[in-house]
Amino acid sequence: MTALVTIEGLSHSFGPVQVLDAVSLAIQPGSYTVLLGPSGSGKTTLLSILGGFLRPTAGRVLIKGKDCTLMAPAKRPTATVFQDYALFPHMSVGSNVAFGLRMKGVAKAERLAKARDMLRIVGLDHAFDQRPHQLSGGQRQRVALARALVVEPAVLLLDEPLGALDLQLRRQMQDELKAIQKRVGTAFVHVTHDQEEAMALADHVVVMNRGRIEDQGPAERVYGRPATRFAATFMGESTIIPGQVDAEGRIATALGVFQAPGLTPGSAACIAIRPEHVHIGPAIPAIVTDVVYQGSFKRVTATPTGAPDIRLLARLPAGAPVRDGAEVSLRFDPAEIIILKD
Amino acid sequence: MSAAAQTRIGWASVTPALLWTLVFFVVPFAAMGVASLFPEGASGLSLANYTQFFANPSYWLALVNSLEVTTLVTIISILLAYPFAWILAFVVPERWQRLALMLAVLPFWTSYVVRSYSWLLVLAEKGAFNSALLQSGLLSDPVQLANTRAATIIGFVHFFVMLLTLTIYANLKQLSPNYRKAAADLGASPVQAFIHVILPLTLPGIMVGAFLTFVLAIGDYITPQILGGNNELLLPQLIMMQIGRRGDFASASALSIILMLVVSIAYLACARWLKIERA
Amino acid sequence: MMARIASTVYAAAIYGFIFLPVAVLVLFSFQGTLFPIPPFNGPSLRWYHAVLGDARLTAGLTNSLVVAIVTSAIATILGFLAAWGFARFHLPASALLRGLITLPLTVSYLIIGMGLLIFFNWIGLPKSLMAAGIGHVVINLPLCFAIIYSQMGDHQANIERAARDLGAQEWQVLALVTAPILWPALFASFFLSMTFSWDEFVIAFLLTRFDTTLPVEIWNLLRAGLNPKTNAVGSLVFGISIVLAIVFELVAFRKRPQ
Repeated sequence: MTALVTIEGLSHSFGPVQVLDAVSLAIQPGSYTVLLGPSGSGKTTLLSILGGFLRPTAGRVLIKGKDCTLMAPAKRPTATVFQDYALFPHMSVGSNVAFGLRMKGVAKAERLAKARDMLRIVGLDHAFDQRPHQLSGGQRQRVALARALVVEPAVLLLDEPLGALDLQLRRQMQDELKAIQKRVGTAFVHVTHDQEEAMALADHVVVMNRGRIEDQGPAERVYGRPATRFAATFMGESTIIPGQVDAEGRIATALGVFQAPGLTPGSAACIAIRPEHVHIGPAIPAIVTDVVYQGSFKRVTATPTGAPDIRLLARLPAGAPVRDGAEVSLRFDPAEIIILKD
Repeated sequence: MSAAAQTRIGWASVTPALLWTLVFFVVPFAAMGVASLFPEGASGLSLANYTQFFANPSYWLALVNSLEVTTLVTIISILLAYPFAWILAFVVPERWQRLALMLAVLPFWTSYVVRSYSWLLVLAEKGAFNSALLQSGLLSDPVQLANTRAATIIGFVHFFVMLLTLTIYANLKQLSPNYRKAAADLGASPVQAFIHVILPLTLPGIMVGAFLTFVLAIGDYITPQILGGNNELLLPQLIMMQIGRRGDFASASALSIILMLVVSIAYLACARWLKIERA
Repeated sequence: MMARIASTVYAAAIYGFIFLPVAVLVLFSFQGTLFPIPPFNGPSLRWYHAVLGDARLTAGLTNSLVVAIVTSAIATILGFLAAWGFARFHLPASALLRGLITLPLTVSYLIIGMGLLIFFNWIGLPKSLMAAGIGHVVINLPLCFAIIYSQMGDHQANIERAARDLGAQEWQVLALVTAPILWPALFASFFLSMTFSWDEFVIAFLLTRFDTTLPVEIWNLLRAGLNPKTNAVGSLVFGISIVLAIVFELVAFRKRPQ
């Protein structure tokens, strides 16, 4: 299917600082795309350009086939949910939600009815006559969502919408966001730095770093087979193990030799192994350097005796007999290693 | 420390200020009220000063003039100050804003009396304004500006534009930039965003400035006296006349009370925008 | 683009309007001839010499300074104590009493002056600088109180509790902990009070007789007609004010209190 939004070679600089470097991306209709990355990765800038609040220094944005790069936010078929929600404090919740329709010239009765419907979808129709300051953070977030959805945008942009909420509320809102997106069918583009949030919500994860896309795809693939070292360490934790590729396409590392299809013979490369794939077993003797109890598991860091430069991360059962400074023996299944190209 | 001892310390701390306010503000005010009820030349308690106010057209006129002038000044100052405040808040680059504000406030570091006098210099028949217009050929005869209501209004507007710029600027800066973005995002043109979102949200700044303008202008003696002359009397001038020329404290007190009443009405009208609250 | 041009023109016009009288004032303070009106003959310092040689004016200047400093100090201290008392302790009718202290803010100086004139007349206090000073404290106390009270938040209360915990007496807490933390508010109150007192005319006019403040002396000068001497005095006052403003700027915005 043709993409709903096509981003071609988008670059942006603030003065001498380059924030986006020739980014290209396609967003499919009805999808939930998450832009994931640390601060300074350019994800918020990308969202601002999509929304029309910034003009990129190079590149194009096409929405439904039309070049919208220079189009003002008011004319663009996008709607944005801001980080601080930006609900108009002097208007009631109902008037807030109806605002976009009012700007389009929709008659009063009709726009208030539509506002009420949308508030029902987000579960807040009882708050129609209240003022924003009377609502909790989570409720305000839902009103902001309703206000943006009621104008039926082609794509909804969310700028770290759950950042201001506590953990419990965040998890709850994640479920609700996903449900609302499925129900309404609008494509969502959601910016966050929280990788758990990204995995919970996204059909399509886009991992960004320093103005570039490091990796993108379904969350399971990006987590299971990250393309770059950055993606491997930003999406979940990994132990990175350097090695040398031999003539037969195998990589030789301090912890063993493994099959490494796709790597150039004779080059230096890395593999990664996720902590949850490292178990207690007879393969790698090591000394424990750190144990952090996390309730359902223990996060263990150990130094292999045969490879003292490597800090091996393992996620061991909560009852595992490990102590700081003690010896432990670890193993992992070669099938679980992640081959990194850089 | 016991609760009683605590409260005692609290009282000890607030009493000096309370006493000062009581002795040097409340009591004099009451004294004034009492004095107004004992008119000069009458034999004891009487409302003569107040009835005289309504009976004597020139007294009544002074109040009307004051209200007209003050209202005009308030409206003109708001209209001139709002765009200026907007430019300072959104058009001037961030790092120059404090300097721009200080520059706007700087001329008001002159003495108030001196500033009104300076306007006289500008507006007088042989003053700078007329000279410039005559020289450039725009006028053939000098315009009578000094000693007119126009001069008083100009003098007032000069100060209150600055005051209103400050209150409106503070309000504008305090608004989240996302309000305008959200309004634009939802389809509002800049004009619509202004009318439906920004203007209502800056109403507190406007009302505080307008209230201050009204209260300060209506009670001001200097500007109308220096610039307006004695052709048209405003209420403060009338009051000073009672004290100065006639030594009639009773009458002056009554007029002052009436002035206070007008201000109180203005305060009640604006009360919801004027609250002093703790951080 | 059009908006940029329109903004620049408008801002320039407003700035021009704001600076016009002061520009004329300062320009004609250097007038060489007798009248502070065009044409400009100069520059000449004769009027500045006249001002500095005028004993009444220089006395007025000193009086203004003394009254300003003393009354501002009193207003700031009273305002601070009151703000602290209301903020830290639960006092009955607190809102009402706080409203009372801030009430003078809405009363015209003319009326405050008049009230004091009648009151002092009644109790036999003669017109003097002290009488005017009392009036200045009345007008500045509410301001100091409002500014300082608005800055007394809860985090300072915690620091005070810590100090008491370590054995400090109440007055020590006030002087050694609270006051230094609130330094910016105290400074702003003092400075604003100085500004209002220094420039205040009506109360000084009503309540002084022979020794008076500078604005009243200038007013007396004015009665004699348009005179470049007034320009010179005004420009001097302006100059002093700018210096004070620069001092304020440097002290308040460069130094951060510990």
